[in-house]
Amino acid sequence: MAKTNTSKQEDTHVDGRRRDFIVVASYAMAGIGAAAVAWPLIDQMNPAADTLALASIEVDISKIDIGQSITVKWRGKPVFIRHRTEDEINTAQSVELSQLKDPQLDVDRVSNPKYLVMIGVCTHLGCVPLGQKTGEIKGEYDGWFCPCHGSHYDSSGRIRKGPAPVNLEIPPYTFETESLIKIG
Amino acid sequence: MKWFGSLIFGCILFVSNSFAAGSGDVVLKHKDWSFSGPFGTLDKSAMQRGFQAYREICASCHSLNYIAFRNLSDLGYSKAEIKAFAAEYEVEDGPNDDGEMFMRPGIAADRFPAPYPNDAAARAGNGGAYPPDLSLITKARANGPDYLYSLLTSYKDAPGDKEVPDGMYYNAAYPGNLIAMPQPIYGDDVSYADGAPADISSIASDLVYFLTWTAEPSLEKRKRTGVKVMIFLLIMVGMSYGAMRFIWSDVKKA
Amino acid sequence: MSADKFSNPVVRWIDHRLPIFSFMDHELNEYPTPKNLNYFWNFGSLAGVSLVIMIVTGIVLAMSYTPHVDYAFQSVERIMRDVNHGWLLRYIHMNGASFFFIVVFIHIFRGLYYGSYKAPRELLWILGVLILLLMMATAFMGYVLPWGQMSFWGATVITNLFSAIPFVGDSIVTFLWGGFSVDNPTLNRFFALHYLMPFLIVGVVILHLVALHRFGSNNPIGIDPSGPQDTVPFHPYYTIKDFFGLSVFLTLFAAAIFFFPNFMGHPDNYIPANPMQTPAHIVPEWYFLPFYAILRAVPDKLGGVLAMFGAIAVLFILPWLDRSPIRSGNFRPVFKIFFWVFFADCIALGYLGGMPAEGIYVVLSRVATAWYFLHFLVILPLLSVIETPKPLPQSLSKSVLGGSAMAGAASAVKEKV
Repeated sequence: MAKTNTSKQEDTHVDGRRRDFIVVASYAMAGIGAAAVAWPLIDQMNPAADTLALASIEVDISKIDIGQSITVKWRGKPVFIRHRTEDEINTAQSVELSQLKDPQLDVDRVSNPKYLVMIGVCTHLGCVPLGQKTGEIKGEYDGWFCPCHGSHYDSSGRIRKGPAPVNLEIPPYTFETESLIKIG
Repeated sequence: MKWFGSLIFGCILFVSNSFAAGSGDVVLKHKDWSFSGPFGTLDKSAMQRGFQAYREICASCHSLNYIAFRNLSDLGYSKAEIKAFAAEYEVEDGPNDDGEMFMRPGIAADRFPAPYPNDAAARAGNGGAYPPDLSLITKARANGPDYLYSLLTSYKDAPGDKEVPDGMYYNAAYPGNLIAMPQPIYGDDVSYADGAPADISSIASDLVYFLTWTAEPSLEKRKRTGVKVMIFLLIMVGMSYGAMRFIWSDVKKA
Repeated sequence: MSADKFSNPVVRWIDHRLPIFSFMDHELNEYPTPKNLNYFWNFGSLAGVSLVIMIVTGIVLAMSYTPHVDYAFQSVERIMRDVNHGWLLRYIHMNGASFFFIVVFIHIFRGLYYGSYKAPRELLWILGVLILLLMMATAFMGYVLPWGQMSFWGATVITNLFSAIPFVGDSIVTFLWGGFSVDNPTLNRFFALHYLMPFLIVGVVILHLVALHRFGSNNPIGIDPSGPQDTVPFHPYYTIKDFFGLSVFLTLFAAAIFFFPNFMGHPDNYIPANPMQTPAHIVPEWYFLPFYAILRAVPDKLGGVLAMFGAIAVLFILPWLDRSPIRSGNFRPVFKIFFWVFFADCIALGYLGGMPAEGIYVVLSRVATAWYFLHFLVILPLLSVIETPKPLPQSLSKSVLGGSAMAGAASAVKEKV
């Protein structure tokens, strides 16, 4: 008698534990499900396919004469592409690093010294510097000048004077051919 | 009372079905499409052929406004092929620094350029009948795939008692039987690179595959996700039922 | 209500100052609920979940939608094609509306059968009818947003209903449109209101719940619980049962979303709106069909509009039309028959609303419409006087023991320990 009783109790016990498990497990399922549903709700805010499709652009630079610049729009921002003169290249390359606020060699900022490609957004507070068009103020260092708070950039786009903390940013780009660059 | 929920649902389905059926007085040809059913998939080679047929037959009148060249990767084309396709088209861009709009070769991010600059021009070019955009055509018609297939393969000589006015054509699958679009496919209109048959019904079927994809590029993904979600939910139904039985097991009747 | 029931000191500290934990414990945990509820009582919580699903997906869709006649259709297609998981979110929202109505209709028919509108739950019922009205307005405006053919012509037809109002009708319609036809101002304001109204619904739902918790749930027997032996705490008994119901609901919902997402929609809504051309057959969404049938059944314009709104209005006064003190249809043999006839009548109206307004359909619509009002205005008041109800059980527990008509309710609690 006693024996059967014990085994019966054990059965209920085991049974109880197994079934307790199912309650915890089904609430866990609900948690997993909720987490899985949360992802699409969040991820929809990331850039959509049509936005990503324009994340990299190709620019034909064969038509930029020496000493001319063009501005192209890339990821919603202006990108300055300048076909630099010999003079500008020489000046940019001969600057002593010690004179620079954000020391960087000109050769580290270009892949072909003739063409300077950089994002035309002042690193201070995001204005677009002047100096792209002939006749615009180019600042004290013959590069670009930001009219908002007076930052002067040189012919390599490096900050020389004014409140901007760092040089104009260089976007990722490659020369697909000699006259075609792919930005982004 | 128990069957009442299912009854409601059944009736709703019945009613919705009857609209779908009610809109046409013609019997459509039915084909077993590979994309129907919960495990359906789109046939890539059929879609590629359909794309070719669209370009060579339909594109001169019908736009494909919601499809960009980049979307063609779904059909199995490589980036380079897509770039080449895109470059065959001229796309309007601008204005440039002189304030002029200009034409440039297409890029992958561009959408298919429409054959007409606007609806009015499209009407004017087609004797007053507007050639609809095809991107959504299989979703915008009841039983879209069957409808499109039937329409493309049902041009016939009008029966003696039916008068066909100028500029109209007899089509057994079109509601009212008179359609402004002349027969688009006669067989061997395209020559497929893969040597697939190019008779009327094969081309029509290929177009259905292509246009089913354009109507909903996410179709395959939707069904694949659906199967996973259903498995998860069915397990959850089973487990929550078990949990409910367990929790309720200590409620005494009296 | 002492704060001592919480062991966590932070919870205790907060609860002493802001008794939200006591509130939740009282209303969601220990809340005594009749133990004989059947599965039809799942639909209240399912409706709540549906509302949350609609609000959440709606908010994220609004992030990519453009309420302008030139961009609306295009922006919806962009959601379907380019936005990450956009197709999923839109299909959930689109089918969610249908499922929300399915759930709410079952919830309403449950209330009608089991007399859940009777004293002391009249206000609970009236708030529920108000929710239905708000839902209908919200769903209607939401259907306009994709700016397809059905959106446009649905908006045109429904807003034109108001022109039936004598003297001021045309001015009201112009006011609703913000112009002289359904156009950009209409779309723009419908979007604003479609975003606003769900939150009004949330407000009324809260009132609905406050009213519910005043006297607790009705139950399939329709008599009040006589003591603790007739009730169980809401948690875990009904939380788990609601969770099971939710799992089943989500399974059906997912089947629709992933395998038949456009089944309950209309193909014409994938054609961009064209104010110059009406589609051959225009029909509202299926959940409006019974009301649409009533509208068309009356040959007079103003009469049709009044009948349609009357069909809802009559629900507001239902607690005073059916004066029978017996709540549950299980104990009202004659009522039960008429209930099912009425149910069939509603289904018939739904069917007729989808049929063209010609020939036999017109006659049938009139009969069905007449019956709809006859049921509420004549049959129910009359039955409360002439019907002899079956004897009621003495308590919920006894009725379960007795194994009465409610086999369904008993099955949930039949397992022995």
